[in-house]
Amino acid sequence: MPVITYREALNQALREEMRRDERVFLMGEEVGLYQGAYKVSQGLLEEFGEKRVIDTPITEEAFTGVGVGAAMVGLRPVIEMMTFNFSIVAMDQIVNSAAKIRYMSGGQFKIPMVIRGPGGAAHSLAAQHSQSLEAWFCYVPGLKVVMPGVPKDAKGLLKSAIRDDNPVIFIEGELLYGTKGEVPEGEYTIPLGKADIKRKGSDVTIIAYSKMVLLAMEAAEELAKEGIEVEIVDPLTLKPLDETTILNSVRKTNRVVIVEEGWEFGGFGAQIAEIIYRKAFDYIDAPIERVAARNVPMPYAKNLEMATIPNKARVIEAVKKVLYFD
Amino acid sequence: MPEKILESFEIRRLEILDPKGEVDESLMPSLSADEIKKMYELLILSRTFDQRAIDLQREGRLGTYASILGQEATQVGSAFTIKKSDWIFPSFREMGVYMTLGYPIHQLYQYWAGDERGLKAPKDLNIFPICVPIGTQMLHAAGAAMAAKYKRDPIAVITYFGDGATSEGDFHEAFNMAGVFKLPVVFICQNNHWAISLPRERQTAAKTLAQKAYAYGFEGIQLDGNDIFAVYKGTKDAIEKARRGEGPVFIECVTYRMSSHTTADDATRYRSKEEVEMWKLKDPILRLKLFMERKGLWTEPYQKEIEERSRQIIDEAVKVAESVEPPHPEDMFTYTYAKPTFRQLKQMEDF
Ligand SMILES: Cc1ncc(C[n+]2csc(CCOP(=O)(O)OP(=O)(O)O)c2C)c(N)n1
Ligand SMILES: [Mg+2]
Repeated sequence: MPVITYREALNQALREEMRRDERVFLMGEEVGLYQGAYKVSQGLLEEFGEKRVIDTPITEEAFTGVGVGAAMVGLRPVIEMMTFNFSIVAMDQIVNSAAKIRYMSGGQFKIPMVIRGPGGAAHSLAAQHSQSLEAWFCYVPGLKVVMPGVPKDAKGLLKSAIRDDNPVIFIEGELLYGTKGEVPEGEYTIPLGKADIKRKGSDVTIIAYSKMVLLAMEAAEELAKEGIEVEIVDPLTLKPLDETTILNSVRKTNRVVIVEEGWEFGGFGAQIAEIIYRKAFDYIDAPIERVAARNVPMPYAKNLEMATIPNKARVIEAVKKVLYFD
Repeated sequence: MPEKILESFEIRRLEILDPKGEVDESLMPSLSADEIKKMYELLILSRTFDQRAIDLQREGRLGTYASILGQEATQVGSAFTIKKSDWIFPSFREMGVYMTLGYPIHQLYQYWAGDERGLKAPKDLNIFPICVPIGTQMLHAAGAAMAAKYKRDPIAVITYFGDGATSEGDFHEAFNMAGVFKLPVVFICQNNHWAISLPRERQTAAKTLAQKAYAYGFEGIQLDGNDIFAVYKGTKDAIEKARRGEGPVFIECVTYRMSSHTTADDATRYRSKEEVEMWKLKDPILRLKLFMERKGLWTEPYQKEIEERSRQIIDEAVKVAESVEPPHPEDMFTYTYAKPTFRQLKQMEDF
């Protein structure tokens, strides 16, 4: 299998879907001439022209709302947020329009739109420019939320997201673009709403998504040296969530650690924990541990940033805790 | 019945000092020789600061930095008229404003090295922290202006933003609020022709940015942002008008971003060398120098002396900035709420 970067995988997905379906177009800040702030749209302007790769003024609310309007009448916009931090100024269009128009129109209108771009912690970009907002989007009925952690998933899921008839929030890991992984040759998709077992193990289940999958893998390697076998479940799609795969793993290992980059209070991990407690209560042998960001805005200072976001030591500690090792 | 013209408007453009260093005496604001020298020294200091910031970034001693190269006159000239009692709401490319206001320079380096404490303004300066989301600070400026009116404070509120920011909803909403409530706010746009790789013409179909103010019921003027006298005069008039309670003014300063967007960008990939070369000829510092030379205010030894002094100030600032101890994890909990929450207190125990 070819090894490519996360960035290239996303680029392939966009390119293939734009070739396949004339209704798909890309719109956002710096997506054309500049090839994307994170170079995801490399070469797309060249291939598809200004009609389908649209550089906008700095106006997130506008291009999101314009995307909703275009989607209502039959196009399939892919809206790029330079980063999800800036989707905050477009929240009204996302929450009150994109998510609800199908419902409010009794199914007359669909919004087959993808809103994608980087999210999560990014190094040294501080409070307003470095944060995880997935829990917000998951809260809203009508939105799907996807967060791939490796190139193969990024490509297969983005293709599915573009083909989906619902608005899909597709959050890429800001620090993942340069990471590499194997990606199957030729056409493939990965269905939304299906989790993936990233590592098999029998002692503990770690549920992690996006960049936290890589962190969980590192922790698992280290724990394996001590004879602890971790199973890693990557939900891939946070909404709709594949509860079955998660619960099957939990029923097997009986111990759970949930790792997320977002804030601990009200974070998405709390929702996963609720599902496990409600549906697999009799199978768990220790209280669920969560590893998440501290409940503070992202600090600018490196040392504080490191103290805030989850790290390997905290994951290992949590695993040992659910195993009652201390 | 014939059609009537209900309203029409004209956009004034103010220019006083041309690239050859000649001034239009009829427009020249009254400035003493000392004041002019002070302006010049601030321009040199700002440029020295900027160059050092770029060098430090390359050495890994600073994070991503947004250069002010080419925009010094817009910043120094406007801030020169600001009083300590006024309020300032910057975006992120205004280091020349900070230096003109006398902000501690070491704190600016401290900030760009990745330490929020650098933005803790000294007690006697009313300057709001840098704002990353484009345009949101304009609304805060309108709010502070509303509060000034409420408290009958005879101050002006000044906010800075870029040409790109004029596309954001917040720009339009701030303008509308300022117009409706006749708020004492001065909107200063640094139109540096670029918003990352998007040129000004792709930002709006309007011929000028200044004209946007008219849709909100107040005056907008354009001026040569590389002409420090025009910037000074335009800003001074606007600030005084705001202080008199006569409402907001929008000033479009036409300047040029000589550098890349930030140290993480490479502008040669999207704009022509010729354009940059053309703007070099309009350099704001060069033209003030030519003017001063003509007036007998500039000599080679003077230039050497202020360059040397600027270098010393900057050396010292870097030294101080780099000797500051990193912040303690407790800080991040301390400043999130008035009092840390129960859960934060639990998390604090880890440190
Ligand atoms: C709401 C929001 N959208 C996008 C960005 C990303 N961004 C940072 S600077 C910038 C360009 C700003 O251009 P302009 O307003 O002209 O200011 P300049 O950089 O030229 O000083 C963009 C798009 C942002 N910071 N905030
Ligand atoms: Mg600009």
